[in-house]
Amino acid sequence: MSVTGIMRTVLRYVPDALVPGTRPDDERVRHGHVGKPVSRLDGALKVRGQAKFAAEVAIEGLLHAAVVHSTIARGRIASLETKAAELAPGVALVMTHRNAPRLKAPEAFGEGDGVAGSNLPVMQDDRIHWNGEAVAVVLAETQEQADHAAGLVSVTYEEEGAVTNFAVAQADAHHPDSVLGEPAVLAIGDAEKALAAASHRVDATYTTPPLNHNAIELHAATVEWADGKLTVHDATQMISSTAGSLAKVFGLKPGAVRVLSPFVGGGFGGKGLWSHQILAAAASKLAGRPVRMMLSRQSVYRLVGGRTPTVQRVALGANRDGGLDALIHAGTVAMTTHNNCPEQFTFPARHLYAARSMRLEQKVADLDMLANTWMRAPGESVGTFALESAIDELAHEMGIDPIELRRRWEPERDPTSHSPHSSRHLVKAYADGAARFGWDRRDSVPGRQRDGEWLLGMGVATGTYPYYRFPGVKARVRLDADGQVTVSTAGHEMGMGTATVQAQHAADRLGVALENVAFEYGDSDLPAGAMAGGSSQTAGTVAAVTAAADALLAQVLKLAGNDSPLGGLRTSEVVARDGGLGHARDLARHESYGSILRRAKRDFVEAEETGSMPLEQMKYSMHSTSAMFAEVGVNAVTGEVRVRRFLGSFDCGRILNPKTAASQFRGGIIMGLGLALSEATLFDPRSGRVMNPSLAEYHVPVHLDVPEIDVMWTDIPDPQAPLGARGIGEIGITGTAAAIANAVFNATGRRVRDLPITLDKLL
Amino acid sequence: MNPFTYTRPADAAAAIHEAAHAGARYLGGGTNLVDLMREGVERPAALVDVTGLDRTITELPDGGLRIGAAISNTALAADRRVRTRYPMLTRAIVAGASAQIRNMATLGGNLLQRTRCLYFYDDAARCNKRQPGSGCDALEGFNRMHAILGASDACVATHPSDLCVALAALDATVHLEGADGKRALPFEALHRLPGDTPERETELRPGELITAIELPALPMARRSTYRKVRDRASYAFALVSVAAALEIEDGTIKDVRVALGGVAHKPWRARTVEALLRGQQPSEEVFRRASAGELSSARPLRDNGFKVELARRTIVAVLSQLAGGRP
Ligand SMILES: Cc1cc2nc3c(=O)[nH]c(=O)nc-3n(C[C@H](O)[C@H](O)[C@H](O)COP(=O)(O)OP(=O)(O)OC[C@H]3O[C@@H](n4cnc5c(N)ncnc54)[C@H](O)[C@@H]3O)c2cc1C
Ligand code: SF4
Repeated sequence: MSVTGIMRTVLRYVPDALVPGTRPDDERVRHGHVGKPVSRLDGALKVRGQAKFAAEVAIEGLLHAAVVHSTIARGRIASLETKAAELAPGVALVMTHRNAPRLKAPEAFGEGDGVAGSNLPVMQDDRIHWNGEAVAVVLAETQEQADHAAGLVSVTYEEEGAVTNFAVAQADAHHPDSVLGEPAVLAIGDAEKALAAASHRVDATYTTPPLNHNAIELHAATVEWADGKLTVHDATQMISSTAGSLAKVFGLKPGAVRVLSPFVGGGFGGKGLWSHQILAAAASKLAGRPVRMMLSRQSVYRLVGGRTPTVQRVALGANRDGGLDALIHAGTVAMTTHNNCPEQFTFPARHLYAARSMRLEQKVADLDMLANTWMRAPGESVGTFALESAIDELAHEMGIDPIELRRRWEPERDPTSHSPHSSRHLVKAYADGAARFGWDRRDSVPGRQRDGEWLLGMGVATGTYPYYRFPGVKARVRLDADGQVTVSTAGHEMGMGTATVQAQHAADRLGVALENVAFEYGDSDLPAGAMAGGSSQTAGTVAAVTAAADALLAQVLKLAGNDSPLGGLRTSEVVARDGGLGHARDLARHESYGSILRRAKRDFVEAEETGSMPLEQMKYSMHSTSAMFAEVGVNAVTGEVRVRRFLGSFDCGRILNPKTAASQFRGGIIMGLGLALSEATLFDPRSGRVMNPSLAEYHVPVHLDVPEIDVMWTDIPDPQAPLGARGIGEIGITGTAAAIANAVFNATGRRVRDLPITLDKLL
Repeated sequence: MNPFTYTRPADAAAAIHEAAHAGARYLGGGTNLVDLMREGVERPAALVDVTGLDRTITELPDGGLRIGAAISNTALAADRRVRTRYPMLTRAIVAGASAQIRNMATLGGNLLQRTRCLYFYDDAARCNKRQPGSGCDALEGFNRMHAILGASDACVATHPSDLCVALAALDATVHLEGADGKRALPFEALHRLPGDTPERETELRPGELITAIELPALPMARRSTYRKVRDRASYAFALVSVAAALEIEDGTIKDVRVALGGVAHKPWRARTVEALLRGQQPSEEVFRRASAGELSSARPLRDNGFKVELARRTIVAVLSQLAGGRP
């Protein structure tokens, strides 16, 4: 049994009250801010163009950087000619492996506290590891001069045999050591045998393509060295760990690197630590001047990883009553030897359905390619496509409504960890969604509904995403004598509403008006915050702020002393309300913060704490789920697919801000439309080169591809999660592609198991 | 991007004079040329901006239109005479690119935009069009967008324009002016098939300027349309497109115009379809036979075999629609 498994077993016998993370939602913190559709506090700044992004920070004497990329996938640099570039107008420096400062290799995700996309040394030798790796950086007075000079660098290579064909590499696929801490192979009973004996079965292979990150804000870092310290204005979703990792790479003391990232124009898992920040800092050090490196769209495709391709087999065996006798989900993804992102596509199957036997297996095939990485719901997005398509196939073959079939499989406990659910209302999400969507109007016989040239169909699928809360998140809360509250933590605002929701929480927690709360974030000098990943930032930050606020309020109560209406009360008897502290029930006993602090002759009080250990997720099976409904039209002449209507019905715990939540859900669904219908990175298996590194040729959904998207939620607080909220950033993309593929089947009778569903697959 | 000089002459003669030396290029809206300069595919030494030249639409005595080459795609599509007399042209234009790009793009530039072949765009790839004699990485690479008609072993790229497909169907005339004077070409003769010289895409002589396009009076074009099939609902190049006009008299097809986009190195006038249809009684069966005739010479590649069937079906659907009186 793994360490996690042992922890889970032990914790099951510990009562909730003794498990620090598992504290039920605090009823006393309800002053009406949390749960309100507050508009984003950063909205006006952004609309006015006043929000400064990493590539907009102005520094005196700034040099602009351009990258030269390798054109082979593996081998070594045979010759590097930089003279012409060095002599070009405006050029200050050409950095290559020959003159780059000596640096330690960064630690990749999963190694120590590393967060880098890959653990390869950055520009330290003549080795080439993927097609597109940086081989030179040009610094010049203007971006145009740098771009021009980059074109003058000429490089020749000694090529070595590279593995760049996923189909071929699969022959040598192997089990990764673990899949994010979970075993790569998980078996319950003999699933193959049960499958063979089942009265109904589906056994099919599903494939998904490589995908690229296309945040609207290009990756950028503006860097400056002063007195041996490095400041990086970065576009990142992991501020604190980026600062720590960069310090190690440059051999500096922790704290000698400061990362600032007040605004991020979209992250989705792609705004981590990649080679460009390291290259910018190295080049700046070498040139002795501040540097801005804003990657071109093409450079983003060459230097920042995306979602890896998958080949997945799903086999389901059901008995006559529809019980799930066998569930097999096994497959292979492409990865590299220098990263550890195995695209956990079997995770949905681990937790969603009560199967009597199971075999879940993940393999990786090592390729010579840019390290793949996290991309909105890594694993769950593509895993639900395969699993939920297969369920639809089985339901069709059994003649059962696919929602009813899933209802019969609803597990009482987590099917693999056997832990109790903290809160699971998937059946309700289905029922509510079906009623609102008009699921009863679906014709279960495919191909019969038509609107002119368009064949119409409806499809449904389950979405799911785990609850995560990572340990070590810190926050500081400061209360000024004028009643102002400042919450500080090195968190991230990437447009999802963090600053707004955290201000709402702090206002409720401290019983003050929203206008009186300032939320400071985006700076590694602040207490180490949650990374914006795994849809965990909100819960992690709320837990840390709660701990700090509790400590602060205890101090304030102490300061109030006996001359206060609060005299003699213990912390458990007081609540924060109306800009001060009061007795929990006796409304007359209250004193404002200002009055308490002034009497104590204090300008302010503050407290910094670390959030409780997130043991709740070990004791309970904590997962959000959703029921996703799609209606599509498929053109009978051309095979074009248009999604006409979409509804997501979510069970994600308490919704803290319906406005920002709806945007997260819709955004996830729109990304799911791309996954379903149009997005694919064209990775040429001959060269290992991405051939469509631009928004013209890589097809994200455009406005006209996006139909009306309805979203709804159960809003049932999770008793084990801070504020009852489980995280909402990623779940929207899960289940979406399957719902669409299932609707396409319902419209046409054609089953497409290979994403994206382009029209040629339906002709 | 390479350094270059920039001028914006006030008339055609001055533009032609400015463009007389090697390395000079005309600049329209720049939506294609500047992109290619950024990618290092095009490296002009001088840009001669021709957006200040004739951009008017004038009536010709016979009811046709003469359109100055500097007109924006948007203005051309929006003109009421164009919309009513040649609806397929308006539809083709608005099916292309995005509103922002169409606002910038000129008629002349649209005609001479270059292929979107991924290997043409990538310096690291072999491409006979970019570097004659280097080979063609698309032949056995990603060629889903590529040609099924009239291609060669040297190049299988397509011409990406929508607008041009309508011009091919409408029998437009291209007016040119160069150091040797003025001349006119039938639109169909402007673009070339790749043959052994895919780097030569048109019959333009060095330094020649497109000054105007003439659309002949063509009453049947009032009942015409354009249908574009692509990978997303908007902002994607055509996999297959069809521009068509149909004239039926006394139950037989008196005249017909069909051109295809997305299938060849040039806008493809479907002469076989037209020949097989003239004098026939319109029916789906007749349309099907005609489109099959056109595509019998198709030579699909690894990824684009679907285009043959897609083109067949789209031609039939468009003609059926026009025959049914639904333009
Ligand atoms: C993302 C994207 C999507 C697009 N999608 C579509 C689409 O779906 N359908 C479509 O049809 N098009 C599409 N386009 C292409 C667009 O229509 C062309 O880029 C545009 O029409 C070119 O016009 P321009 O004036 O900007 O040309 P420029 O880029 O200025 O010039 C293009 C070429 O024409 C030459 N030139 C310009 N004017 C003259 C002249 N008068 N005489 C001689 N030579 C001249 C230039 O030297 C250059 O070689 C798309 C473009 C982009 C960037
Ligand atoms: S198809 Fe033509 S443009 Fe594309 S790579 Fe081959 S030669 Fe070049």
